[in-house]
Parts: sequence; structure tokens; C-alpha cells
Amino acid sequence: MNYHFDWAVVTSGKYFEWLVSGVHVTVKLSLVSIALSFLLGLVVAIMRMSPFRPVLWFAHGYLEFFRNTPLLVQIFFWYFGSYKILPVAVNDWMVRQDFEFAAAVIALTIYTSAFIAEDIRSGVRSIPKEQMEAARSSGFSYIRSMRYIILPQAVRLTIPPLINQFLNLMKNSSLAMTIGVAELMYQARQVESYTFKGFEAFSAATIVYVGLSFSITGLMTVYRRKLLKPLKAR
Amino acid sequence: METALDFRVVWEYLSYFFIGRYPKGPVGGVALTLYLAAVSLVFSFLGGLVLGLLSVSRNRPVRWASMAVIQTIRGMPLLMVIFWMFFLLPALFGGGMPASWTVITALTLFTSAYMSEIVRAGIMGIPKGQTEAAVSTGLSHRQTMLHIVLPQALRNMIPSFVNQFVSMIKDTSLAFIVGVSELTQIANQVNNRTMLFPTEIFLFIAVVYFIMCFAFTELSRWLERRLAYSKAI
Repeated sequence: MNYHFDWAVVTSGKYFEWLVSGVHVTVKLSLVSIALSFLLGLVVAIMRMSPFRPVLWFAHGYLEFFRNTPLLVQIFFWYFGSYKILPVAVNDWMVRQDFEFAAAVIALTIYTSAFIAEDIRSGVRSIPKEQMEAARSSGFSYIRSMRYIILPQAVRLTIPPLINQFLNLMKNSSLAMTIGVAELMYQARQVESYTFKGFEAFSAATIVYVGLSFSITGLMTVYRRKLLKPLKAR
Repeated sequence: METALDFRVVWEYLSYFFIGRYPKGPVGGVALTLYLAAVSLVFSFLGGLVLGLLSVSRNRPVRWASMAVIQTIRGMPLLMVIFWMFFLLPALFGGGMPASWTVITALTLFTSAYMSEIVRAGIMGIPKGQTEAAVSTGLSHRQTMLHIVLPQALRNMIPSFVNQFVSMIKDTSLAFIVGVSELTQIANQVNNRTMLFPTEIFLFIAVVYFIMCFAFTELSRWLERRLAYSKAI
């Protein structure tokens, strides 16, 4: 093979800036989506444990459906097909935003929230039942016992799986390139098609993705060692 | 809520969604999705087994090297792996490789890394007494692995493997990116041709994927209960 390596393409100049802007979009997309997925996941998890049957069934259906459908299909659905079923106001709002980015955030949020809800639920289930009984018998309502007694403990246990979901979300955000969100993968493709330096462009993107993944994994290890262990020992 | 949904488009292209242009052309759609997933699953089972065994090897450099490979692949998005294969395979083996094999290679590489973690966890989950007993009856390390540890570990891994298959079915949708005409690609083609029914088309294929994946998810849960039951006796 007589391939001529030219790393300067991706370490400086215009193409470097493209890649950097791609990293920015990837990080922004991941952070916005993880925050929203956490909130949505929390709501769905609470609904999933609701004593009221129809709510429970709805949450169960939501979880199963979004977990068992490919993210790419969900992204296409929100991007191409959501206008027929969304209220006009929501649609207009989405169009006024960066539409691709908004569709990607919606798809990533809904997909990830289904996984997060299950993590939160298993966190809650690991809290002894007596805690709930004690809370209820001292006069807290169901919602309030959740809010003040169960969730503060459960969320702490849920943080490692949550960080793991964040890791998956960050990697999944690369699918947003299919609808034209200019995140890292998209920019790497762009650099490749402009310069024919695919090896360099993909290497740069790989290094960034693996670097981000390792940092997130490191975060989890630190959390486990520094925060969770002393908590459990108490 | 501008327009009512009209699912006639799905009905019209139904065979296209399920088997592609077959018998007039190559197989596609759901059939190709399942084919890609099944073939990649078989290969990544083997890959995962090899990587998993290497990562519990007693030889330290081997263990570290395999861990490094596994962690790097796990740190990448699948899309990245697909692009790498799409780009590297022709450079390494010359052109002419069908796109479906690019996808199978990428899915195999990617899933092997995840499978190896399942294998490793499965091997670690077998009580140490078993290995000790095997070694003290005179079996070698290799024999112990092959006849004592792996048969038990693999049995416990079955539900996780089925779960991986579910992920694999979902992951085949990424084959769309290199132009393999599996279900998602077909949906896009139908959408491009008909223009007016994206909601109906993508809802339909979402339901098709859901039915396939949910069936296997339930199978995995059932297997898990059954295994737990037989272990309890």
C-alpha cells in the first residue's frame, strides 16, 4: 500500500476546526439529552411503580416499546414523520429551533429515558420495603414518600448505571449524523470527503470518542470508590 | 394533527418490506435484517468466546492486550466501527467485498467485545471450588476450562446471549448507512419514492422491529426464570 499519511490535515487548520466544532456538538447533544432523559426517566420510573394500574401499564408499554426499537428508526421517525402526529404548536416550535438538533434530542431523550427508567426502578427496588411502609405510616403520601424518602437514596445508587447510560448516549449521539446534525462523526465524514484523508479523519474521531468514553468510565470508578463505598460502609 | 394517517402505503409495499425485491432481485427487508443479525451473532459468539478466554488468561501480556482491544472497541460508537470497516476492508483485501459483509464484519467486531465481557463474567461467576476440585483431580488448566468451567458458564450466559441478539437486531439498522437494503434502508427507499407517508412507514417498521426484539426479550426472560429454577433445585 502506498498511502501517504498526512496528519497535519487533522491537527491544524480548517479541518481541525471542523472536528473541534463536531466535538462541541457531540458534547452539547449528549449533555442536553442526558439531562432531559434523566427527568423523563424519573417520571416514567415513578409511573412504572404507580399503584394505579392504567398508569403502570402505560409506563410498561412505553419502556418495552422504546427499548425494543432501533434508535435509528426512532431518529428517522421524529425527523421525517413526527409532523403528522405532533400538535401544530410543538411542530412550529421545533422548526423554529435547529430542527435536526431538536429531532435528535427528542429521539435520544426518549430512547435513553426508557433505559434510565429501568435503572431507577431497580435502584428503588433495592431500598428496603420497610422504608416506604414507615414513611406511609408516619403520614407521608405516596408521592411524598417517594420524593423525600425513597428517591434521594435510590438516585445515589442509580448514579453508576446512569453514568453508564450517559456513555451509551454519547456513543449513540453519533447516529444523529444520519439526519445531518454536524456532530463529530458527521465532521469526520466531511473531512474525509473533502481531503480523501479518511484514515487520519477517522483516527482523530476514534481517539476523541475513546477518550470521552474512558473519561466517563473513569468518572464512574471515582464515584464508586470515593462516594459510594463510604456511603455503604456507614 | 394535520392529516389522518393512511397505512395503505404499507400494504402496497408489504412484500418489499419483508423480503425486498426477491424473487426478482436480491433478498432484503426483514429477511436480510434477520440474516445479518443471525450471521453476525454466530461469528461474534466465537469472537466473544476467544476474546473472553484471552481476557482471563494466566499470561499477563495476553490478558492486558485483549483487555485493551476490548475496552477500545467498547469505547467506540458502532457507527465508527462500520465506517472503519467500510474504509479499511477494501484497502486491505481489495474492492469487491459486498456491503453486507462489511456490516457483518463490523457488527462481529463490535459485538465480540461486548460478548467477551459476558463470557468473562460467566467464567468468573463459577465458584472457585470447581476449578480447585478439577485441578486436584489431575485435570490441566485447559481441560478444566473446557470440561468443567465453560459448560456451566455457557449455560448461565444463555439469557445474556439472547439479549445481545436483540441488540444485534437493533444494530443491523445501521447497515443503512453503507447502503445494505435491510429493513431501515427499504423504509427509506419507500419513503423517498412515496414522499407523503413518512409517519406511517417509520411507525410500521418500528412496530416490526418491536415485534422481533420483544419476542426475543421475552425468550431471554423465560430462559432466565427457567435457569434460576433449575439451579434452585
